[in-house]
Amino acid sequence: MNFDILGSLPLIVIWLALGVVGIIIQAFVRSDSTRLVYGYYIGTLVTTGLLAAATISNQGTAFGGMVTLGGWAAVFDLLFCGAGVMAMLAAQAYLGRFNSELDEFYTMLVSSVAGMMLMAHARNLVVLFVGIELMSISFYIMAGFFRSRDKSLESAMKYFLLGAFATGFLVYGMALLYGATGTLDYSVMLKVIAAGTARFPVLLALGAVLLTIGLSFKIAAFPFHQWAPDVYEGAPTVVTAFMSTAGKAAAFSAFLAVFGVIMPMVKVASMTPTLQLVLAVISAATMLIGNITAVAQTNVKRMLAYSSVAHAGYMLMGIVAGTTFGQSAVVYYAFAYTFMQLGAFIIVGLLEREDETSLMISDYSGLYRKHGVFAAMMAVFMFSLAGIPPFAGFFGKYMLFYAAIESGFTWLTIVAVASSVISVWFYLGLIVKMYFSEPNPETHEANAGLAGISLAVCTVAVILLGIMPRIITGMLGN
Amino acid sequence: MLGAYVPLIVMILIGVIFGVSNIVLAEWLGPRRSTRAKLSTYESGMEPVKSARERFTVKFYLVAMMFILFDIEIIFMYPWAVQFRELGMYGFTAMILFMVLLFAGYLYVVKKGALKWD
Amino acid sequence: MMTSIPLDYYLILSAFLFVTGIIGVITRRNAIIIFMSIELMLNAVNLSMVAFSAFFGDIAGQMFVFFIMAVAAAEAAVGLAIVLALFRRKKSVYVDEVNIMKW
Repeated sequence: MNFDILGSLPLIVIWLALGVVGIIIQAFVRSDSTRLVYGYYIGTLVTTGLLAAATISNQGTAFGGMVTLGGWAAVFDLLFCGAGVMAMLAAQAYLGRFNSELDEFYTMLVSSVAGMMLMAHARNLVVLFVGIELMSISFYIMAGFFRSRDKSLESAMKYFLLGAFATGFLVYGMALLYGATGTLDYSVMLKVIAAGTARFPVLLALGAVLLTIGLSFKIAAFPFHQWAPDVYEGAPTVVTAFMSTAGKAAAFSAFLAVFGVIMPMVKVASMTPTLQLVLAVISAATMLIGNITAVAQTNVKRMLAYSSVAHAGYMLMGIVAGTTFGQSAVVYYAFAYTFMQLGAFIIVGLLEREDETSLMISDYSGLYRKHGVFAAMMAVFMFSLAGIPPFAGFFGKYMLFYAAIESGFTWLTIVAVASSVISVWFYLGLIVKMYFSEPNPETHEANAGLAGISLAVCTVAVILLGIMPRIITGMLGN
Repeated sequence: MLGAYVPLIVMILIGVIFGVSNIVLAEWLGPRRSTRAKLSTYESGMEPVKSARERFTVKFYLVAMMFILFDIEIIFMYPWAVQFRELGMYGFTAMILFMVLLFAGYLYVVKKGALKWD
Repeated sequence: MMTSIPLDYYLILSAFLFVTGIIGVITRRNAIIIFMSIELMLNAVNLSMVAFSAFFGDIAGQMFVFFIMAVAAAEAAVGLAIVLALFRRKKSVYVDEVNIMKW
């Protein structure tokens, strides 16, 4: 059995550190000493991230062809671990303020990172399924982490019920694909589909559709996006920050790999153009609905939630394009989006008060007087989310639009540009509120603490990635 | 083809006739003199004290959850046990790792007192 | 001699169970019953997986079923815990009664 021990180190390290050492530490440590667990898990994520960075060029497979190593998967690992560390830095003070700091939170966060890594590394539908579920179950728990708050519990329940429902579609799709091709392995399945030798073409098409539905739920794409605003609003803000960024990036890493496999259905009743068109329509509808609904929101968390729906629509464009350039555009945008959205949510979390107030857009009026740095950072994130140069969001959108035009989806690009223009309205609206309105007398003190590190990293990354996009695109050396 | 099922059908018919006739006969022939003792929930058993529809303590739920979680893991051991020789050292290592993970979880459960009954 | 049941029958039964589950999720308002319907959907998937696996003589499908079962158990534990926590605060498990935010 081929076994690349060096390349699989990131996966092995996070599994052992989480499943064995971490759990045993938590079993024996006193329940009031969360510091040790906190430091331990940050160390775990940093180590895993460094290992992933070191193994990018080390491409191959391991565990009997179940997982791929290096390449995009390792690049995505880097993103997940980085986002995990930043969310954890912001989480400690935030949870402390709400008297909810339990060390289990950090376990859940790291286990969701482990699930995301499995999703990115999966080369077999079983691994993909286990990864998705590990991530989702951790998210269900994290969303309901404020056990004494109605909104948090409600968001956890909605997320859980709809997530489990979507899982049903996802596995049914997987079962039908397995039935049509007789294999669960991506590469074998790709061969069968591309050669047109699938046994039951109807099942193949149906399976592809169901799998798309399941994954669309995870990225909150148009017909399946209704859960996102409620869950993102109700969940603790740090959790929202983490799951709306890294969780979405993970779902896109799975989307990229799975669509590489099921897209070449051209020999099966010319399915590829149909599938591409369906995906393009989903993408267009997602960004339009997300941006138009976001305009009407008064709650910042809800507004950012709808904006995250819209950004899923943008990222889908790269998958619709289906080219190598489109794929690298998706990866680049996943990074850019993670930094800007994570940063914005962390600021929202810092300004949030213990009684769930200070979440309205009106609470941000005149913010720059009291919290000049926060306001400036928020402005950077908003500009970047709106796609204004020179920030990362602009270059990401440019890449995605270019990829779509290149593969003949000019109409999709026009829709995307139009919805971007709509989005400028509410992103800039927040900036105008922060800088050109009378200060809100009730604005209270907010200390960044460790979250300041995350914010600084996010801000620098958003600017740096915008100026030097080759940091991401050059990671594979092409 | 269908002939093979004839004994089965006869068997089912006899069963149905026997069951139905007994119920009908008992209903028809039996005297009906109900007393308070006869109507109680457990005739000649315990005196019912209160309604059975009450809430259980959450500990039952916790233990039940633990049971489900640890019970279901057995299904991974069966195929491994059947194919033990063919899977060889690779399978053995994988299963040992799996057991270690499971044991770590168990240790956590015990240490956190989830199985403590009082 | 017994003739084996054709693959179609399993697939039809599985699709029927799956749709039953979907209808249950959409029409019911009790969180526990919704969750039971979801479990029904997963079991429908298990059925078609096992049927395909037997049809191909390939063990991978059955292996997948083990994973679905194990994951469903974990999901049940977490899901019921969430419903329990909600019940403690709201004294209700009906999804339309615990709706502060717009659904």
